[in-house]
Amino acid sequence: MTSRRDFLATGGVALGALAVGPRLLGAVPAPPPLPALYTDAATRELMMEALDASKRAGASWADVRISRNRNNSVQTREKQVTDVVETDTMGCGVRVLVDGCWGFAATQELTKSGVGLAAQEAVAIAKANRLARDRRVELAPAPAQVDKTWRSAYTIDPFTIAIEEKADLLLRANAAALTVPTVRFVNSGLSFVKEERNYANTEGTVTTQDYVRSWVTMSCTAVAPDRSGTAVRGPEVVQPAGRGWEYVLEADIVNNAKVWAGEAAEKLTAKPVEPGRYDLILHPSQLFLTIHESVAHATELDRAMGYEANYAGTSFVAPPEKVLGSLKFGSPIMQVVGNRSEPGALATIGYDDDGVVPDEFHVIKDGIFVDYQTNREQAPWLREYYAKTGMPVRSHGCSYAQSWADVAFLRMPNVSLQPGDKDLGWDDLIAATDKGIAMIGRASYSIDQQRYNAQFGAQLCYEVRKGKIVGQVKDAAYQMRTPDFWNTLDMLGGKKSYMHGGTFNDGKGQPGQSNAVSHGCPPARFKNANIINTGRAL
Amino acid sequence: MSHTTDNDAPKSLFSIGRAAAPTGVLSREEAQALVERTVKMSKADAVRVSVNSSRETNLRFADNQMSTSGVTTNTTIRVQSVFGKRRASVVTNDRSDEGLRRAVQQSEAIARLAPEDPEYMGELGAQQYAPVNAWSDATAELTAESRARAALSALAPARAGNELTVAGFIICNAAASAIGTNAGLFAYHRGTTANYTLTARTNDGTGSGWVGAEDTDWGKLDFKSVADRAIEKARRSRSPVALEPGRYTVIFEPEATANLVGLMGNAFQARAADEGRSAFAKPGGTKLGEKIVDERVTLYSDPADSLILASPFDGEGLPLSRQTWVQNGVLNQLAYNRFWASKQGKTPTGGTAGLRMADGNDSLESLIAGTTRGILVTRLWYLRPLDARTLMYTGLTRDGTFLIENGKIARSIKNFRFNDSPLFMLNNVEGIGKAVRTAGGEGGPGVAMPPIKVRDFNFTSLSDAV
Repeated sequence: MTSRRDFLATGGVALGALAVGPRLLGAVPAPPPLPALYTDAATRELMMEALDASKRAGASWADVRISRNRNNSVQTREKQVTDVVETDTMGCGVRVLVDGCWGFAATQELTKSGVGLAAQEAVAIAKANRLARDRRVELAPAPAQVDKTWRSAYTIDPFTIAIEEKADLLLRANAAALTVPTVRFVNSGLSFVKEERNYANTEGTVTTQDYVRSWVTMSCTAVAPDRSGTAVRGPEVVQPAGRGWEYVLEADIVNNAKVWAGEAAEKLTAKPVEPGRYDLILHPSQLFLTIHESVAHATELDRAMGYEANYAGTSFVAPPEKVLGSLKFGSPIMQVVGNRSEPGALATIGYDDDGVVPDEFHVIKDGIFVDYQTNREQAPWLREYYAKTGMPVRSHGCSYAQSWADVAFLRMPNVSLQPGDKDLGWDDLIAATDKGIAMIGRASYSIDQQRYNAQFGAQLCYEVRKGKIVGQVKDAAYQMRTPDFWNTLDMLGGKKSYMHGGTFNDGKGQPGQSNAVSHGCPPARFKNANIINTGRAL
Repeated sequence: MSHTTDNDAPKSLFSIGRAAAPTGVLSREEAQALVERTVKMSKADAVRVSVNSSRETNLRFADNQMSTSGVTTNTTIRVQSVFGKRRASVVTNDRSDEGLRRAVQQSEAIARLAPEDPEYMGELGAQQYAPVNAWSDATAELTAESRARAALSALAPARAGNELTVAGFIICNAAASAIGTNAGLFAYHRGTTANYTLTARTNDGTGSGWVGAEDTDWGKLDFKSVADRAIEKARRSRSPVALEPGRYTVIFEPEATANLVGLMGNAFQARAADEGRSAFAKPGGTKLGEKIVDERVTLYSDPADSLILASPFDGEGLPLSRQTWVQNGVLNQLAYNRFWASKQGKTPTGGTAGLRMADGNDSLESLIAGTTRGILVTRLWYLRPLDARTLMYTGLTRDGTFLIENGKIARSIKNFRFNDSPLFMLNNVEGIGKAVRTAGGEGGPGVAMPPIKVRDFNFTSLSDAV
């Protein structure tokens, strides 16, 4: 068994990979793995057939994705495994434009006739929709990416690790957590995603991409001896990442489990927070979700233009002509960048689902809102602003579909708050605070449909007095109005304190799709935040 | 020219038996053949094969423009293999013999290595299921043109003036599910849903109105009525004024009731209550048999109920029948899976597939007419739990929030955030109307809720969002 200790002792990821070699799934009787889609000449042949069939049927433009989506999940509670599931599906999604109307069809039939029929159906849908069309869809230009490949930053493919090793790791962590006296329940799980994504469009782009995502979850529940109360730490104690099994090992969950369990036990006896005004210090494990909800969603161009009005909502960062380059979103130390290039971040990718190479762009510069997230359909809507500011009309590469079965639309890239100039860390922000609340770990989070009013809780809330943490408090949440809140940002951690938080499950769209995304940030302090107490007794 | 045979398939992994099947949803016979073919490949002690076959069509429009629109057909096969108490599942969408064999062998290989699951209860043999007629040919065979015309019923009036912008979504799903085991079980259910939601916004940016409709039968959706009501709501909600947050008498339209009360469905798990970590736990036991809410409140699940029409079996093939969780305000039943039922000496109930609140004597109109001062809520948004032990949630009102004065809608008000629990809310009931099937779930299991009026609902802050 490769333990965390063995892994560290061998001194690195490459040796770690060797150490787990004998335990690969292939070592036990099992069917041979399927060949990679992108090494199969048929993949390209089928994609070309889908594009040709689209054009024959009348499409002016088309793209196609053939992908293999794999998920692996091991879930446990206390001393037992509760579920082991491996999902492996393949299929083809064809998207077309006919007279400026979209059509899409997805099929699992990976034959020439199967993808051909899907292409015809996509075209038929687009043609039918012309009767309700007003404005034509126009795509921003994008240079063809011919025969490009990309692979995400993983070292050890988690799909090669045997189930027993995964289960053993989780059960050892559970056992460590259960040594804390009041901790009676533990749930833990490992979730992995692996996708081979092949894309082609009628402009000559052909790309193949391969990525892996990993997530370890663990929740420790402490129960008062008289059952009068419970306290939970988790389940998001480790941030998910666009990395492999090596990332799971680095998370050191067996040693950390006891710490997380101890925090749950301590929370059981925490005093209720006294509501009022405090300086608020947010750890990246908590702040990333506030960035996600209040900054990243608010600056999606489709929301600003009403394309999510019926579900996810619109945005207070609208209309574009009134806010671009002028809206004072936050304090002058606030720099927010969109990108799909940070290694290990969840939205990182080489080519988006419009065939575009994503760029890095400022969303907020010195506190001023300067640009939206865009895809090829939407970038032309900002033509005037881009002309005025000397920027090209190009997509930022924010097109994404969760699988072959779903149509691509605008999904956020990694939207990250940049660290400050000074070399400060979490402890420095605490030490600089006279009366504060410090929060770690995402918990309850809710925000309105235009991203103004938000209420966010945390897994752990600490009271800070005269530069020191004096103990945990419970039932604390901050209630905020987005631009007011970000204008109170007055301290940022430095580069060394910058980290990613993320999720596999950012929901948006109709039909709903999940996006996996990370947000980098340092710890940050917000002056005079509104802290409320959300507790109530039955 | 299009291809109609598979003879031209390239020589590769794709060509191995991936015969182009009809794009429709699997019939009982087709599903049974697929399940039996897979079960026969198994070498495990026990095997369960679950098939889900679906065809989903959808259309979006927004900013008074057509947006994305498409169709997805897929059939997945889930194979759970068991050796002793070691089990694992593999899901594939490859229906070829080779694809199925791969899934069977893979699940067997993983199961052999998995630790024992002490809670594994074995596979069920043949069962009897209540008949549920949830299928509509009109929904399953809907054309793209019909969807586009339905969209036009909202787009045309919005485009006609310079006053309104609409965004809407039409989704129709036809799906079949089947389960078979090597112990002799076979279960099959198929159903359709047609779901339409529409948001109309006024171009001055101050008004928004949402209306939804859902039925198994496309022909029962009244698109013009949805558009008329959403537009009327948007107009009425213009220029909202701010009211102080605080405790108010609130009338929830059915969708808003479903948004909050629907969350109780997840809280009826017996195990969490027995373990002391749910709202239905108390020192020394559970609240079964105790009055937990107003006696006018009855909540039940029933797959055959005309407003629910859900699958009559759960993921193990266990028959689901009518379960009354709350009877006249008393916690009457908790949800037991097979393991927890055997441990506690109870009958397994399965979970809450669909949820309905029994009708009261009122209507939305009579509830409004009988209110001197109160707030009317169209729907709620972004609900998140605050405390599992009290079922406290936070969330916001959205798309039509009004002040009622002297029995009439007096004016539009700004949206509120609330921090409250459906348990508190249902203890403060003033009146209950008739349940309707709500649409916010976009075709999920039926949730049927009435409009209800409650006192002292806890609005904690204002939102500027429209």
